[in-house]
Amino acid sequence: MKAFAYVRAGSVEEATEAYAAHPGAKYLGGGTNLVDLMKLGVEQPGALIDVGRLPLDAVEELPDGSLRIGATVRNSDVAAHPAVRDRWPALSQALLAGASGQLRNAATTGGNLLQRTRCPYFQDVTKPCNKRQPGSGCAALEGVHRDHAVLGHSETCVATHPSDMAVALAALDARVELYGADGTRSVPAARFHRLPGDRPERDTEIRPGELVTGVVLPAATAGLPSLYRKARDRASYAFALASVAAVLRVEDGVVRHAGIAFGGLAHRPWRAERAEAALLGAAPTEAAFGHALDLELAAARPLRDNAFKVPLARNVGVDVLTRLVPPTVA
Amino acid sequence: MADPLAAHHTATGAPAERREGRQKVTGTARYAAEHPLPGRAHAWPVQAAVARGRVRAVDTSDALSMPGVLAVLTHENAPRLGEQDDATLAVLQDDRVPHRGWFVALVVAETLEQARDAAAEVHVDYAAEDHDVLLTADHPAAYVPEEANGGNPATRERGTPDADFAAAPVRIDAVYRVPPLHNHPMEPHTSTAHWDGDRLTVHTSSQGTTAVRRTLAALFGLDEERITVTAEHVGGGFGSKGTPRPDVVLATMAARRAGRPVTVSLPRRQLATVVGHRAPTVQRLRLGADRDGRLTSLIHEVDTHTSRLKEFVEQAAVPSRVMYGSPHSRTLHRVTPLDVPSPSWMRAPGEAPGMYALESAMDELADALGTDPVELRIVNDTAHEPDSGKPFSSRHLAECLREGARRFDWAGRAVRARASTGNLLVGSGVASATYPVMVSPSTASAHALPDGSFAVRINATDIGTGARTVLAQVAADALGTPLDRVRIEVGNSDLPTAPLAGGSSGTASWGWAVHEACTRLTERLAAHSGPLPADGLDARADTTGTADADSPYARHSFGAHFAEVAVDTVTGEVRVRRLLSVFAAGRILNERTARSQFIGGMTMGLGMALTESSTVDASFGDFAERDLASYHVPVHADVPAIEAHWIDEHDPHLNPMGSKGIGEIGIVGTAAAIGNAVHHATGVRFRELPLTPDRILTALRERRHAPHAAMT
Repeated sequence: MKAFAYVRAGSVEEATEAYAAHPGAKYLGGGTNLVDLMKLGVEQPGALIDVGRLPLDAVEELPDGSLRIGATVRNSDVAAHPAVRDRWPALSQALLAGASGQLRNAATTGGNLLQRTRCPYFQDVTKPCNKRQPGSGCAALEGVHRDHAVLGHSETCVATHPSDMAVALAALDARVELYGADGTRSVPAARFHRLPGDRPERDTEIRPGELVTGVVLPAATAGLPSLYRKARDRASYAFALASVAAVLRVEDGVVRHAGIAFGGLAHRPWRAERAEAALLGAAPTEAAFGHALDLELAAARPLRDNAFKVPLARNVGVDVLTRLVPPTVA
Repeated sequence: MADPLAAHHTATGAPAERREGRQKVTGTARYAAEHPLPGRAHAWPVQAAVARGRVRAVDTSDALSMPGVLAVLTHENAPRLGEQDDATLAVLQDDRVPHRGWFVALVVAETLEQARDAAAEVHVDYAAEDHDVLLTADHPAAYVPEEANGGNPATRERGTPDADFAAAPVRIDAVYRVPPLHNHPMEPHTSTAHWDGDRLTVHTSSQGTTAVRRTLAALFGLDEERITVTAEHVGGGFGSKGTPRPDVVLATMAARRAGRPVTVSLPRRQLATVVGHRAPTVQRLRLGADRDGRLTSLIHEVDTHTSRLKEFVEQAAVPSRVMYGSPHSRTLHRVTPLDVPSPSWMRAPGEAPGMYALESAMDELADALGTDPVELRIVNDTAHEPDSGKPFSSRHLAECLREGARRFDWAGRAVRARASTGNLLVGSGVASATYPVMVSPSTASAHALPDGSFAVRINATDIGTGARTVLAQVAADALGTPLDRVRIEVGNSDLPTAPLAGGSSGTASWGWAVHEACTRLTERLAAHSGPLPADGLDARADTTGTADADSPYARHSFGAHFAEVAVDTVTGEVRVRRLLSVFAAGRILNERTARSQFIGGMTMGLGMALTESSTVDASFGDFAERDLASYHVPVHADVPAIEAHWIDEHDPHLNPMGSKGIGEIGIVGTAAAIGNAVHHATGVRFRELPLTPDRILTALRERRHAPHAAMT
């Protein structure tokens, strides 16, 4: 670890200017992951731009029925927010399935999106890891990788993204709002994180210096039945072996909208677009859900020790989707 | 408010509150790192980054040039240490790297952060060699040692076990696997050392400072009189602090080199490789029985690993020498030295993994016989220890099983299993528990003061068990005085010498000496007339020759665990719904702290069953899980309705208090009870721990695809 500067930003503009002014700067949110990684020597920022007290701490209902969650709203507060619980329950459930109460009280919305993989090799500076040190190799490929990716991985990286929240955001068609040198923009949550390819050091599509200012939950998925379910080694405080967030709209006995995302399977929340397309217009039966998820998971390429994730994801997915079917249809 | 103790005639047995409880919950209890002596420096160790080889060179120049750095110790410049028995303590003495994570340097700096920063800039050049870290049942290097741990013979054989197994009408032959496990106490291994001339004071997190002092004397060539070691409060140990650990050696070396007090608090991520682990075991059980379920042959063979540094043989077959009667038996241990970190003591060493295997096999036998597993155990109960032929001083296994069955509603288990709904399969399981009664000689002193109060002194260690409290209760009864008149001092090697908190022997060993000292003091007081002299009256006791006298009896605690689980067929997740255990452990001296011990052990057993394991990384030679996010100890949500009960056991062949140890038996057999419940729920027999979703789901799918093959 090296010495670093610390700047507490008072505004979004101040934050991005400070970032530009300090080589090797990192934004600091709740610090629940970045500070750990600094202690391990995995992250060695030249400066920390503390954005934890920016005025981005509001949850606002927008006129069009969408909901904007500021980047510094704590995970606990998002999970407990009545509008989230009522209209996008999968997000509340996903947050509550993550970390521990203490961590959720500290972790921010923006920080949750930007947390790094918990791959043991990424966290150990004495071992190769292309994500931490590009070109050094991937120790997990042939190493201890029961928890690693089965979808979308590459020879350079088989890590998974650890966030539960991001999986729900992806399924719910949320957007991530960004502010940077080019002004503001927003990207779909499902495309915010990227696949490793040959650049595993890049987790997201964020541009240098860009700051996450918030996420927006759209009116289109408000009030639809949605669920998050996570399979894990212990009942709390464990990362997903596989998880599923889904939202479903059934009308006239057929599926009119399906948003499905997997967690724990890939380098990003895995939006199951193929499964969703297969379900559109179909009757919402267990068989149809199983068939659709099989189509999606046909792309899976399990590693030596994680083949169980494919049937696990299918099981959880079918279970979640089945529960989302309104009782009158079922 | 009524005094809760008023209803009791004696202090022992009462649910006295933990004496240091207030200090602990208000943060004023001081642990080993919390001694901010003037000028205190901090040290951060550097661990080997190869699994086997030699250190060719250590470049410390960058580290030494960094702010606040006072010294960098390596094998080339560290103080030379004297001879002692434990090779894991011979740190920074030569260039050999016996396993990944072995200490190769120590940075001493003004602050912890400076030490950590500089440790990252110590450049070590290795001559790496090929390594072998994987235990297999047929490893070519495996051998049968003379002894397994605890002085137990590695092999015991009675009768003709192979022939009688072959001839038995009902046979079970199965292999069970327990992975490496880590103790991970809340407080990491920590020592603060301070030299004053050639006088050494060390504050350490240890289960027994008598041994720490003796070891430091040997390592640093000092008389024990010149060394004081304290362990005032200890944040758990579970065996991993039972013997001195490298932190105390490093801190003492560093303090000598730096000429000022130094604290070494091992980072959590370093613990997995340097303070021991429960060695993995591969255990083959063969049970032969007649049609009534009586065992005719019991063969328990254990394969385990040790490091290149020491022969450590997890004595997992030893409980099979105690549990059930059988005319023919063989129990043996084989060990394979590998390039792995050194294994060490972990709660109920031997019994915890061994009883997982034996009690799982007993469940398989009950299944094969179509017998109730509770009854099968009672059928095989025995009044004499099979291995030694000695009578048990007391053995209430059958009572524990029957009382547990009643409380648990064991008779209703089939109904509950049939009530499994949707994706949840419900099942119940039972397993026995046992742990030996151990006791060691101890000394203690008792002092009567003119104000009517008493001071009792003994170098016991309270590692969170409630030892202070219980010893005060023992003293109060022996003195015939109210509990609040007794002051107790523990955790300092200047106090009367006492053995460690380990082997569930602390209360018996210390309590015996405290009881004797207080009884003598009572006699002195009775003979004394008039006011006490200004400095009071005292009495001392030393139980050498009595506490360690051979007993004509086999002495063990027993117990029975009952578990109900729900297995989710969607995810393969197993969650315990109820865990209920009944113990026969002699007289319970404090029902509050005893319950806490039992429940703690049972919870650790739940972790062993479902969540805990350390993965040997074949490529790198260390463990993949190195923090509490990845090494899964049970969290509150995993621990359901959990109940510990005990039966009133009177055994005159133990010690003056009539107590047996209670610190470890809670973990013994718990994993088998849970595993047996999973079998009851699913029909699938799992023989490798932990029962994580990957294993459960895979097996459930295999069963669905091949319904007959997996129903073994």
